[in-house]
Amino acid sequence: MTLLAEYGDDAKLLAGGQSLVPMLALRLAYPSALIDLSAVDGLDYIRRDNAHVAIGAMTRERAAERSDVVRESVPLLAEAMPLIGHIAIRNRGTIGGSAAHSDPSAEIPAVAVALDAEMVARSIARGQRTISAADFFQGFFTTSLEADEALVELRFPVAQPGTGVAFEEATRRHGDFAMVGAAAAVRTEGGRIADGRVVLIGVSDTPVRHAEAEAVLAGAEPTTEAFEASGALAADSVTPPSDLHGTSAYRKQLVRVLVRRALAKAAHRSLEAR
Amino acid sequence: MSDKMDVQLRVNGAPYTANVEPRKTLADVLRDDLGLTGTHIGCEHGVCGACTVVMDGEAVRSCLMFAVQARGSEITTIEGLANGDELNPLQQAMWESHGFQCGFCTPGFLMQITALLAENPSPGEAEIREALSGNICRCTGYQSIVDGVLRAAGQPPTLSSAH
Repeated sequence: MTLLAEYGDDAKLLAGGQSLVPMLALRLAYPSALIDLSAVDGLDYIRRDNAHVAIGAMTRERAAERSDVVRESVPLLAEAMPLIGHIAIRNRGTIGGSAAHSDPSAEIPAVAVALDAEMVARSIARGQRTISAADFFQGFFTTSLEADEALVELRFPVAQPGTGVAFEEATRRHGDFAMVGAAAAVRTEGGRIADGRVVLIGVSDTPVRHAEAEAVLAGAEPTTEAFEASGALAADSVTPPSDLHGTSAYRKQLVRVLVRRALAKAAHRSLEAR
Repeated sequence: MSDKMDVQLRVNGAPYTANVEPRKTLADVLRDDLGLTGTHIGCEHGVCGACTVVMDGEAVRSCLMFAVQARGSEITTIEGLANGDELNPLQQAMWESHGFQCGFCTPGFLMQITALLAENPSPGEAEIREALSGNICRCTGYQSIVDGVLRAAGQPPTLSSAH
């Protein structure tokens, strides 16, 4: 913290290094100082209290992937883990590092936004403060962390009983960044959808949570028509980028299909859990 | 910040101390300072998997970490597999399956597989393919490598009858 206060903008915090070190190697970033968080004790933990699972920022992705607590209490995060890069990447990459990196194609930010996670930041000047995931991800590689602040913990609400989740992606090759991804969490009650969440990645400069696509689900029966309608609303409201891997129109079509598939799978799992 | 630092490591069971700049990657220190050139450097940004080593039981990309971050850790590289001239069972299985051709990617694959087999001694084909998805081979089309892992795990290789 003292080092970060001293160097501020000139320094980068080094977490797992699976995004930052490639950026250094490619000379896309050239900070004058790196502060290695792996030398800091007490940032590597997964703890459950009554309503939340608190995950230390330096918890390796592979540890979260193997965690029974995560699988039982934050199933959407467990579902997202195998989609991140490859095993050797997840052995080093961290939950907090991915969040603070704020890549709009990354899975962990989408999970945080979908579940209304709380992001705990600490600095010498400001002490500790909590930022909602919705306010945390500001843009392409940009968060609401100040230059002297470090993300120290992510707090995920414990999934309510009967919640089903799914994370669907379209990638060129297994483990690549997704062209488009859709995270869904659905809770059914009495055969109807009580709560449905939809978050997209790869379509904008941050993860995008869809109020309209969620609104049509509330109270609806979990039918293909309802999931289609939600996917169509999500697709209509985004203008994804075009690049080498796919045009904007193609990505919109992916949104439509992946939202439908993710919701169908999540709803199915919710009904099974009931 | 370019002052050199002492890094103490155990590599393949032997203690090493290297006096290196903090910006030097583990891959470069293994090769340049410790003379262990079996670890190969391909893309240098974490995509190809050639530089994979086993650190404290887990497969990691040695090009994506600085040697100073590995202080005090136990590292196994490709040099740590064979016993003198005698191939270890994984190497033997790969040899029998004609696993590799040019050999550039071989060290990364073998270290990734070493970590896989330590965690699960009898993985299925799907699990093997998932575990190896982060390693790139431009010669073989991967089938012979997957067969080598199956053979090492004491399971019938899927392609052996074709050879």
